Amino acid sequence: MAKITLSINKKEFPMEADPQMPLLWAIRDLTGLKGTKYGCGVAQCGACVVHLDGEAVRSCVTKVSRAVGKQVVTIEGLSQANDHPVQRAWQEIDVPQCGYCHSGQIMSAAVLLRENPNPTDQDIDYGMAGNICRCGTYLRIRKAIHAAADMQKKTATKG
Amino acid sequence: MDEQTLSRRNFLKTSAVTGAVFSLGFYWPVNAKSAKIINKAEAESYGIEMNSWVHIDKTGKVTIFDHRAEMGQGSYQAVPQIVAEELEVNLNEINVAFAQGDNKKYGSQITGGSSTVRGSYKNLLKLSATAREMLIQAAATQWSVDKAGCYAEGGHVFHKSSGRKMHYGELVEAASKLEAPKDVVLKKRSEYKLIGKPLLRLDTPLKTNGSAVFGLDKQIPGMLYAAVERNPRLRGKVKSFDETAARKVPGVRHVVKVKMGVFSTYREGVAVVADSTWAAIQGKKALKVEWDDTGFEHLSSEDIYKRQLEALQTQEGLVFKKQGEPTEIIAKASKKIDVIYETPYQYHACMEPLNCIAHYQDDKLEIWGPIQGPEMVQDFISKEMSIPREKIVVNMTFLGGGFGRKAFMDYPHEAAVISKAIKAPVQVVWTREDDATQGPFRPGITYRCEGVVNNGKIDAFKVKLAGQNTGHWFGGKKDVPNGSASEGFLKPYADSIKNLAIMDVPFETPIPILWWRSVYASTNGFAYESFLDELAHEANKDPLEFRREYLKDERLHKLIDKMEEVSGWQNRKKNEGFGTAITECFESTVGHVVKVSKAPNGGVKIDQVWVVMDCGWYVNPDTVRAQIEGSVVMALGAATIHEVKFKDGMAVDNNFSTYQMPRITDIPPIDIHIMENDEDAGGVGEPALPAFAPALTNAIFDLTGKRIRRLPFSLQTV
Ligand code: FES
Ligand code: FES
Repeated sequence: MAKITLSINKKEFPMEADPQMPLLWAIRDLTGLKGTKYGCGVAQCGACVVHLDGEAVRSCVTKVSRAVGKQVVTIEGLSQANDHPVQRAWQEIDVPQCGYCHSGQIMSAAVLLRENPNPTDQDIDYGMAGNICRCGTYLRIRKAIHAAADMQKKTATKG
Repeated sequence: MDEQTLSRRNFLKTSAVTGAVFSLGFYWPVNAKSAKIINKAEAESYGIEMNSWVHIDKTGKVTIFDHRAEMGQGSYQAVPQIVAEELEVNLNEINVAFAQGDNKKYGSQITGGSSTVRGSYKNLLKLSATAREMLIQAAATQWSVDKAGCYAEGGHVFHKSSGRKMHYGELVEAASKLEAPKDVVLKKRSEYKLIGKPLLRLDTPLKTNGSAVFGLDKQIPGMLYAAVERNPRLRGKVKSFDETAARKVPGVRHVVKVKMGVFSTYREGVAVVADSTWAAIQGKKALKVEWDDTGFEHLSSEDIYKRQLEALQTQEGLVFKKQGEPTEIIAKASKKIDVIYETPYQYHACMEPLNCIAHYQDDKLEIWGPIQGPEMVQDFISKEMSIPREKIVVNMTFLGGGFGRKAFMDYPHEAAVISKAIKAPVQVVWTREDDATQGPFRPGITYRCEGVVNNGKIDAFKVKLAGQNTGHWFGGKKDVPNGSASEGFLKPYADSIKNLAIMDVPFETPIPILWWRSVYASTNGFAYESFLDELAHEANKDPLEFRREYLKDERLHKLIDKMEEVSGWQNRKKNEGFGTAITECFESTVGHVVKVSKAPNGGVKIDQVWVVMDCGWYVNPDTVRAQIEGSVVMALGAATIHEVKFKDGMAVDNNFSTYQMPRITDIPPIDIHIMENDEDAGGVGEPALPAFAPALTNAIFDLTGKRIRRLPFSLQTV
């Protein structure tokens, strides 16, 4: 066990944790932020995706020690008012069914859109292939990412 | 109404409503077919507890108790949409709270059989209309005017001629003293303002910022986490275990032997309880357990299919349905079709692995979890742990998928046993590996299909199935055929095929089985609808025309017309790769047309899927579409990837690395159409699944001449 501090969604969380513990469980059980999900634990499903210094990582296979001194952003911190373009697009198109996979889907999509503000269907498929949705919301995910891209453009031209 | 203006903010975090002064609910008299609508005072006069469905408080706030689990199918949206329609309130004035498990209050709450809407909408409409009428009456009395001159809208009662109006909140007190009227007039479909509209779902915003509380996210003060090493052979005992290493894992607090009921048998395991999930999982890995699985045969998949085949070839089985002389005709025929269809065991693979919180304290038990069948959990645990039923409270959270698996009682039971043993609240977390390997699974079933075609007509039709029967596992009789033997086979076929037999050759293994989305239709549909395609081909008939000929039913003909229209069926060329199938499931009928083509690198590619659903009355077309999209994706996985393989009595694949899921890259375009009619509501969550696989394999036959009779098959190597 070691005393460490995580910076999550711009807040400091001092904790005592096994440095080997995956970031996923530190976030979920030691800070009580339950938005990041456990789906497989072996980097297959993407339910656990968070941003580590802006990069999308699977927190189930990222040791908590790797996150020390870095900025972690979870679904709860993606936006203040649930209004990141990806979140808005998800709401407009009613993407989620059970919703369990969508913390991870949204976190992946947010990075995809930042890196590629104008993705084609193929870019989306490529960027989102690491996220499983058992309820099968894939067609809406694709549609929503296009919608989010449009929203982003509009805000950019306005701004 | 502009759907964009609907606010989706109003939710209750707890199920407690205080200060509700007007509530209406149902009372289910013993043995009564239908529920009686009563108010609180009436309930008290009967000496029964009020079954809370709809509450309106003095501020006019409406609270609905969602009695069904929300696992993605949209009950969170459908139920309020129904209530708001007849109650005449705006959807954004409605709060939704999950009801606690209590079948005395809500009737059956099991979320299964696609029954959330079809099982309750008539009652809900009536209840809401009754509440509205009582509020109108209360206003009319107050104004001393004729009730007929008043109407309700947007949470107010209006008096037409004087323009006076009163808010529901001002009327609740008076309304609550009135007796519920017996007959209320319901709106016609054409008068609906909310029902039938693609309104946005109320739960979506909660699911885009991580605030929806799934079972795994629920926290109770003082709660510990448990991971359990269970007998890998699905049932059986712990012989001995060594906990030394597990105890050394930092954070581990308890190691206890546990058992869970699996139908009428038990599975034992060793639970490691810790202060984080991770520590519990590490502790579980450090355990050394010796198992005792005496009496549990160590089967492999090959054994199972071999035995099913043998049974089908040597036994006639129990008669599920028989008319004419199919067996005699088949025996005498010079040319017949006699083929075997095989379908695999399936894993539910909910995105949220099983988990459950239990807190046992002072002879009382409280449970929180992703639960499809709360009252079943109450009953089961009450019996297993000798706790009076009324001392067991079951709270439902959001479910990260259910598909039938979360309608079982094993995991809440296990959580309760652990909490009692350690005297603390505990959340049991199943790892993905636990979830994938421990069952119960959908049974894999083998079919023998025999038929004779003469002069373009079916002379004899006989289907025998051999596969495990959930009825047996729930204590049903062994000498009666599987009651689901014809699920997935359209009923009108039996009216026009003179010589027909459906037989069940009883078959069991020690592998626990359970419902899986669309239940037996999911396997039967493949056999029946592929076999019908073979018969159509033998008869040299167009597959849809052939079905039309045998399905003498106007509603089905309309469905077929629609399928033809949307898919351009008539204009397709021969062997262009078109296939079709139609199945019925939970009172809804769904037709699929699939178009395939040769893939550039070998195998086939799905170009397009058309789905036409006739589900009768429905609430929200967008939710219906979402369920169809999801059903196709799940069916695609089941047809082309998924099989639970057994070896030495254990499930082999234990995570998504080997039990691969369809991904965004695999999804074909899906074109969805919903039939518009005034028929009773059918199910929506499951019925679109069964017809996909046969439509796909029938399309592959059309393209390549190759008949696929075993699932799953690979699109790449077909
Ligand atoms: S839980 Fe991390 S990828 Fe599945
Ligand atoms: S919405 Fe249920 S797993 Fe994606």
